[in-house]
Amino acid sequence: MAKASLAAIPNQRPELAQLSDDQLKDAFYRMSLIRRFEEEAEQCYMKGLIHGTMHLSIGQEASAVGTCMALTPSDYITSTHRGHGHCIGKGADPKFMLAEFFGKRTGYCRGRGGSMHIADIEAGNLGANGIVGGGLPIAAGAALSIKMRKADEVVICFFGDGASNEGAFHEALNMASIWKLPVVFVCENNQYGMSMAFSRASSVANVADRAVAYSMPGVIVDGNDLPGVHSVMAQAVARARAGEGPSLVECKTYRTRGHSRSDRNLYRTKEEIEEWKARCPIERLKAELTATGRIGADVLDAITARVNDEIAAAVVFAQESEAPDPSQLAEDVYA
Amino acid sequence: MLDVAPQTEVRELTYAEAIREAMAQAMEADPRVFTFGEDIGTYGGAFGVTGDLIHRFGAERVIDTPISELGMAGVAVGAALTGMRPVLEFQFSDFSLLASEQIINQAAKIRFMFGGKASVPLVIRMPGGSGTGAAAQHSQSLEAIFAHIPGLIVLQPSTPHDAKGLLLSALDNPNPVLIFEHKLLYKVKGPVPAQAYRVPIGQAAIRREGGDVSIITTGIMAVRATAAAERLAAEGIDAEVIDLRTIRPMDVPAIVKSVKKTSRALIVYESVKTLGVGAEISAAIAESEAFDYLDAPIARLGGKEVPLPYNPVLEKASVPQEDDIFNAARALVREGHI
Amino acid sequence: MATQVILPKVDMAMEEGTIHAWKVAEGASVKAGDLLFEIETDKANMEIEAPAAGVLGKILVKEGVVTPVGAVVAYILAPGEKMPEAAAPIAKPVEILAAASPAPMATPIATSEQNTKLRATPLARSLARQSGVDLASIHGSGPRGRIVAQDVRKSQAVPAAPVAVPTSAYETIPHDNMRRTIARRLVEAKQTVPHFYLTADCDIGALLALREQINQGAKDFKLSVNDFVVKALGLALRDVPDANVSWTQDAMLRHATVDVAVAVAMPGGLMTPVLRDVPARGMADLSNAIRDLAARARARKLKPEEYQGGSSAVSNLGMYGVREFAAIINPPHATILAVGAGEERAVSRNGQILSAQMMSVTLSADHRAVDGALAAELLRAFRNYIERPLTMLV
Repeated sequence: MAKASLAAIPNQRPELAQLSDDQLKDAFYRMSLIRRFEEEAEQCYMKGLIHGTMHLSIGQEASAVGTCMALTPSDYITSTHRGHGHCIGKGADPKFMLAEFFGKRTGYCRGRGGSMHIADIEAGNLGANGIVGGGLPIAAGAALSIKMRKADEVVICFFGDGASNEGAFHEALNMASIWKLPVVFVCENNQYGMSMAFSRASSVANVADRAVAYSMPGVIVDGNDLPGVHSVMAQAVARARAGEGPSLVECKTYRTRGHSRSDRNLYRTKEEIEEWKARCPIERLKAELTATGRIGADVLDAITARVNDEIAAAVVFAQESEAPDPSQLAEDVYA
Repeated sequence: MLDVAPQTEVRELTYAEAIREAMAQAMEADPRVFTFGEDIGTYGGAFGVTGDLIHRFGAERVIDTPISELGMAGVAVGAALTGMRPVLEFQFSDFSLLASEQIINQAAKIRFMFGGKASVPLVIRMPGGSGTGAAAQHSQSLEAIFAHIPGLIVLQPSTPHDAKGLLLSALDNPNPVLIFEHKLLYKVKGPVPAQAYRVPIGQAAIRREGGDVSIITTGIMAVRATAAAERLAAEGIDAEVIDLRTIRPMDVPAIVKSVKKTSRALIVYESVKTLGVGAEISAAIAESEAFDYLDAPIARLGGKEVPLPYNPVLEKASVPQEDDIFNAARALVREGHI
Repeated sequence: MATQVILPKVDMAMEEGTIHAWKVAEGASVKAGDLLFEIETDKANMEIEAPAAGVLGKILVKEGVVTPVGAVVAYILAPGEKMPEAAAPIAKPVEILAAASPAPMATPIATSEQNTKLRATPLARSLARQSGVDLASIHGSGPRGRIVAQDVRKSQAVPAAPVAVPTSAYETIPHDNMRRTIARRLVEAKQTVPHFYLTADCDIGALLALREQINQGAKDFKLSVNDFVVKALGLALRDVPDANVSWTQDAMLRHATVDVAVAVAMPGGLMTPVLRDVPARGMADLSNAIRDLAARARARKLKPEEYQGGSSAVSNLGMYGVREFAAIINPPHATILAVGAGEERAVSRNGQILSAQMMSVTLSADHRAVDGALAAELLRAFRNYIERPLTMLV
């Protein structure tokens, strides 16, 4: 379908109109895939098939997918401990991710990293990070590398509201600014650093307010609105790619699950959680796509069915994959 | 790469000049190599190591940074992950502690955490050690802290020759490499071949051969021990001086071989004596076949259990000096203990 | 209640001993004070008495077994009493004398328990292991008495010849305590005492004549030349008191009396019983005492106090026709006199060649204690007595 005819559809926001049907279907597919993946991972965890812990981003899918949609395959991202969405957004295959959760040799990290350290270097994912704020200077370094190599690439640096109070945030934004690095700092402000409310933890009302301290654009966007996120990110990425320097984008969002599997949600109300569940980014996109007539419900349902099959197959793959042998333990400590 | 070609020209260079020459040769040979740090550009580095590199390679490859050690280390990680060969200079090795998150949690672990699918080939150069009156926060020897971490390589060159050859080897190495240079050595001269050459990582050097006692040293202590060994020779004690050069991975076979020959081991290092490099060397000897060859308990000379003081007399008393090594080695040989 | 019979400590430096002979059979009755068994220690055999009356229960340590001091060797039981439960044979000391199998290496593992308490460097231990040296027999020169490699190497004065020469037959003769003690003490003496030697020729014509005169018709004694030698040495030490000394690390010990030891050869070794206060004793008394001590030494019946101490010794090999030799000092002695055979020699006196009865003696001196001139003075005094024997009798 030609873009011109899409724009002719009435009642359509420009943010939506910018996106092709294929882009929208792909976005819906990836958001659903993230959701289904995390739900299934949670199930496997509760069944005792996965050990350790994991940090679910259920409710935050739009910021991950909307951001990654603005990228090319050769662009980079740095991710966080809550990074499943970023990973799938950047093109990772859920079966290798799930295999990693199961600690298998077929996992992205051959069973060494687990949920918190998934990386997919080939796809440009420089890795999730167990340290809050750990990825910020790394993103700046990747951006410096791009600049020095004169490559046509940008770096997306995902981080949370909690990381904005780490020194690394300030050091990285400062260096990115003075060196005009091709990086976009994307804060997924899900309101809580574990249990600490952002409003209690931060000197500013918005993370984006801090952009002024580093002489870069600071933009706030509804993080549960896929077209909105994409629109803002597309501009920030274009700016970075053009050599005009970094931006700070704040996606206001919410995680409807706890911080990790051991969270009893003592620090927030059921009402608050329910309120945010009602703003589910996937349902929202589906409603908008069907209401505007951009994509029919039958098409979207078919995508959902495909996602369910894919995740079911991923579980089988993960379960049946070979476990690593302790004799291989010391491999890959050094190159 | 080549080791030293026999026909190469050899000049007397200072330790600092040797490092600068290695940097220049690496930057000429490999466009991925760049260096960054505080005051390394026009200023030429706090100890003058980078000198005129900015004029030869430009501000794009010799980058002055803000005072942001954590950020700088992260930048090195990110650049290394994406195809560059960063060489980061910390003005004092003490400041590496600000960056320990990126060095220990990120650089050291990324390759392993990511299942071997990524490498972090970065180099961090930093001056350590006491003797300049810089006191407690600018004089430490922190190599043991980083050498404790799997995934890192830790070097401690003691001569201009090794300073150059080890830096070039570090730049060939696909792992994060930390180089602890010594402030007191920067102006020390020694023979340095003109061409690019490599000193292998993980290989100790025998500074002096001897049969009566093995003096196993790191960093500047190799220099002091070699001087002490010449005085010991005048007393009829034939000391062998081992300069580890690489702290991690440690050249245990060289240590074991020497101790088997001499039956006595004196370990000398500048960092704080307890729970450090010397303990590791001592354990390596005790755990090895050299144990059965020991004719005296393993002895250690290390830094005192104090933050480094300002007063020069106190400062000297805080770390092993040539006389201390001489006396300890003589006692170990003559009396069987120090 | 059963009474423990232990292997007692009967000598100062004794750490272990061997029961030479049980004098009471298992099951036999004993009275307190009855002779129970004899111990062979480093130097002598000691008789051990029963500590209680009763019946000798099971003998736990058989004859010939090297046993640590304090070990229970038997129980004396009340009539009808059974052996205590715990009366298992004590921690097996390795049998040396009773070893039936031809151990390829004569390594006495007997002291392995004590070796764990010895201070020795790993290298010293491995050298000792390789060469079959018992660390317990070595003096440690390192800090706190630690045995270092050099100590082990020195202890192998004779290079450890291959124990087994495959082509020639040999017999393995296990060391007894005396052999070990002799070996240890002489190695120590020869290595730590700086010896020097002075030799003199003595005209013993007058001495032989006097001896014959005295012995003629005597019933209670028979003086030997050696008796005169011992007497002369004793008098010389009295006259030169600075030579009547012992070297110790801290101080020189100058002895109040003159005690002279006499080397006595015996099967399997030698002993040096000590004659006390030699200058004060009459010749007959001295001679009889020497004879008695020698006999009891050969029977291994000397008491420790009979072979300890002294400042010098006489070792006489003249009866074997040895002309002269040099002896090893036996610390704490400062000197030892090696006596050769009395023989007729041509000597020149006032330009004339004469025949004379001559005897050569060599004084070994510990240079730490006795310097050259002092030793020469001692030797001159000795020679004066020997050549003018009547002066010995006044």
